[in-house]
Amino acid sequence: MRLFATAPAGAPLRAPELVEAHPPGDRSAEDRLSDARSSDARFSDARFSDDKPADDRRHLGGRPPGLLHSAGFRFAMVYAVLLALSAAALALYLWWATAGLLDRQTEAAIRADVQGLSERWDEGGLPALVLTIRERLEQNVDDDAIYLLVDPTLHPLAGNLHAWPSPVQRADVLYELSVTRAGAPALAQVQRYDLPGGYHLLIGRDVQARAKLRTLLTDALLWGLIVVGVMALAGAFIVRSLFRRTLANVSATAAAISAGDFSRRVRVSGRGDEFDQLAETINDMLDRIGRLMEGVRAVSNAIAHDLRTPITRARARLEDAALHAMTLDELHGAIERATDDLDGIVAVFQALMRISEIETGSRRVAFTTVDLAPVLADVAELYEPLAEENGLRLVLDLPSSSSASPAASPAASPAASQSASQPVPQSAPQSAPQSAPQSANPLAGPTDSLAANPPAKLLTRGDPEMLRQAVTNLIDNAVKFSPPGGEVRLSAAAGPAGVEIRVADQGPGIPPEDRVRATERFFRGEAARNTPGSGLGLALVQAVAHLHGGTLRLDDAAPGLHATISLPFGG
Amino acid sequence: MRILVVEDDKDVGGFVVRGLKEAGHVVEQADNGRDGLFMAASEVFDAVILDRMLPGGIDGLRILETLRGQKNAVPVLILSALADVDERVRGLKAGGDDYLTKPFAFAELLARVEALARRGKSEGPVTKLKVEDLELDLLSRQVKRGGQKIDLQPREFRLLEYLMRHAGQVVTRTMLLEGVWDYHFDPQTNVIDVHVSRLRQKVDKPFPSALIQTVRNAGYMLRAEDN
Repeated sequence: MRLFATAPAGAPLRAPELVEAHPPGDRSAEDRLSDARSSDARFSDARFSDDKPADDRRHLGGRPPGLLHSAGFRFAMVYAVLLALSAAALALYLWWATAGLLDRQTEAAIRADVQGLSERWDEGGLPALVLTIRERLEQNVDDDAIYLLVDPTLHPLAGNLHAWPSPVQRADVLYELSVTRAGAPALAQVQRYDLPGGYHLLIGRDVQARAKLRTLLTDALLWGLIVVGVMALAGAFIVRSLFRRTLANVSATAAAISAGDFSRRVRVSGRGDEFDQLAETINDMLDRIGRLMEGVRAVSNAIAHDLRTPITRARARLEDAALHAMTLDELHGAIERATDDLDGIVAVFQALMRISEIETGSRRVAFTTVDLAPVLADVAELYEPLAEENGLRLVLDLPSSSSASPAASPAASPAASQSASQPVPQSAPQSAPQSAPQSANPLAGPTDSLAANPPAKLLTRGDPEMLRQAVTNLIDNAVKFSPPGGEVRLSAAAGPAGVEIRVADQGPGIPPEDRVRATERFFRGEAARNTPGSGLGLALVQAVAHLHGGTLRLDDAAPGLHATISLPFGG
Repeated sequence: MRILVVEDDKDVGGFVVRGLKEAGHVVEQADNGRDGLFMAASEVFDAVILDRMLPGGIDGLRILETLRGQKNAVPVLILSALADVDERVRGLKAGGDDYLTKPFAFAELLARVEALARRGKSEGPVTKLKVEDLELDLLSRQVKRGGQKIDLQPREFRLLEYLMRHAGQVVTRTMLLEGVWDYHFDPQTNVIDVHVSRLRQKVDKPFPSALIQTVRNAGYMLRAEDN
């Protein structure tokens, strides 16, 4: 049902509908209203109606706003006021252009007469003036001229008035007064003019017709304004209901979503107007939120699942030790292993936190220009002993600076012939290990290294610590999965689009069907089942690559894996 | 050494205090920011272990900033559950000397606190380090043991230098990663052990006694072998 509570402006307009809606003899609208109020407490404050069923209105996000707080009402009022103001301005102009114009014309005519008659007086004195007045009266087609010439005793000498009107005392002032002319009362506008010798001249116009016109015009304009006012209010309500209907679409969707139905989207009318643009923007936002939520859900499921295992293990160890440990040593051993399990869980948490820290993008403020060459050399240096212990050769392959600077001319081919490729030297000839580049010649002594070609700069913009962690993860994986006797190659080159860091190993690789999922959190391929690790390494690498506006690509190296991080140029 | 522990969690605080006492230190404890600030400002400590989030309106960073504002240079290790890079930077900027995130292994905490307290006492720049018959010259970058020259890679040199500067103290793998490699994250695989074992090959193996000791569940320590 419709609710018509206290809608101050709307009630009179809508009242007929109310009467139609309820048969005569039915309880009054007020009674039904109070029923409606008590029947649904949520809408007890509903102070306006709308054209939607009450049921639908629940989707408007709870209690509808009061009339004065309703944006629709405000818009409608602004519309009404603007319309009324423009109508009033039009009426004022009309008034000025008609009644005002007539007024001004009368005044001008009187002034012209005064001018003409005073000239006649100057030329021919009293007789000429009397003659002229008679002539003018005879020639006055409209029969609206009023003249009266009196001698010093106010005795009429000429003119069409019988006596001097008593209110006219001062010269140079326009009087509007009623006079009796030709036996009939009339409204006249007159001016007194004093002549030498005590004669007085009264010149005026009959404005009876003009007064009638003015009344007519006033009435017409007033009625017009009332009609405009009514139309403004009606228009306001139309504006408001349009406004509400459009917003109801959005707010019903939002309410449904906040109630848990995330599949709802804002309806797009297809007109391509501003509201459609808004709807599309909102829908895009909802899609993105949906994807993020899906991701969060997947991750929390994965966390729950992947942490349950080590937690179960730790718990079992502790409980088993509490129940069955026979000696203190056994007890200590169990506690120690459980502590290790917990450390593993903490490590997983830290990796997860780190990934989400990276994904929020907050680290982007710390970006600087990074030369990747020393970063890669650092990682290679850190892992070289481990690789050697695993029977692997770790090769660092950086373009040497003797070739054309790749960063400056990205088109230059990063050909292998131009790159300085060497095993990570056992005796890296640098004295400042943090920044000194790897020498092209592993045999070069410390003094020769300055003469040798340092690696070319590989500039990008980013966070060096994060890039180092990404490369570290890739190398860590490669060293972990490669069988003894193989080679792990860490290379970097400037390609046409940016810098590419590649880690190539000769391990089992990742089967094509797993490659897409390999960068998901906690994903562990078949080959990785029996190696230690959390399944977060590649997820972190990908997060770092994305943060830097780059990508992580996994390819088959037959045999082995090519993991390539592509980064845009920077510097 | 005299150490102040400002930590509101009873279990963690008690655990830390017991451990430090076992290691032979004199420990004072405060379980809120107000007391912590009062004690740190009015008494002399060799080191302060400061929890970042404390009840009572005064948190760890406020205490730290107040202390540093009073020109109090006592070494401070910040303990925090906030592991973000930004949080770490904030802690160090406020005047912290080291930052350890929760949860932590006690061995890590002990090693770091002892290193901090020792560092506070070091006097002036050193050009030569000597432990037993092992000598390291920081200027000529030469290492000798029993008069015999040892050739080291630059990174091995730095690793040995770090161990020698902390001679007699436990040095954890994380401390080595931070101090020698400037890594502020733990690689998944333990790469440090391999580097240390390489260093041992050069520094210990050719000689009758070993100087680089492994401390179980903690890290390494450079000192003369126990008899």
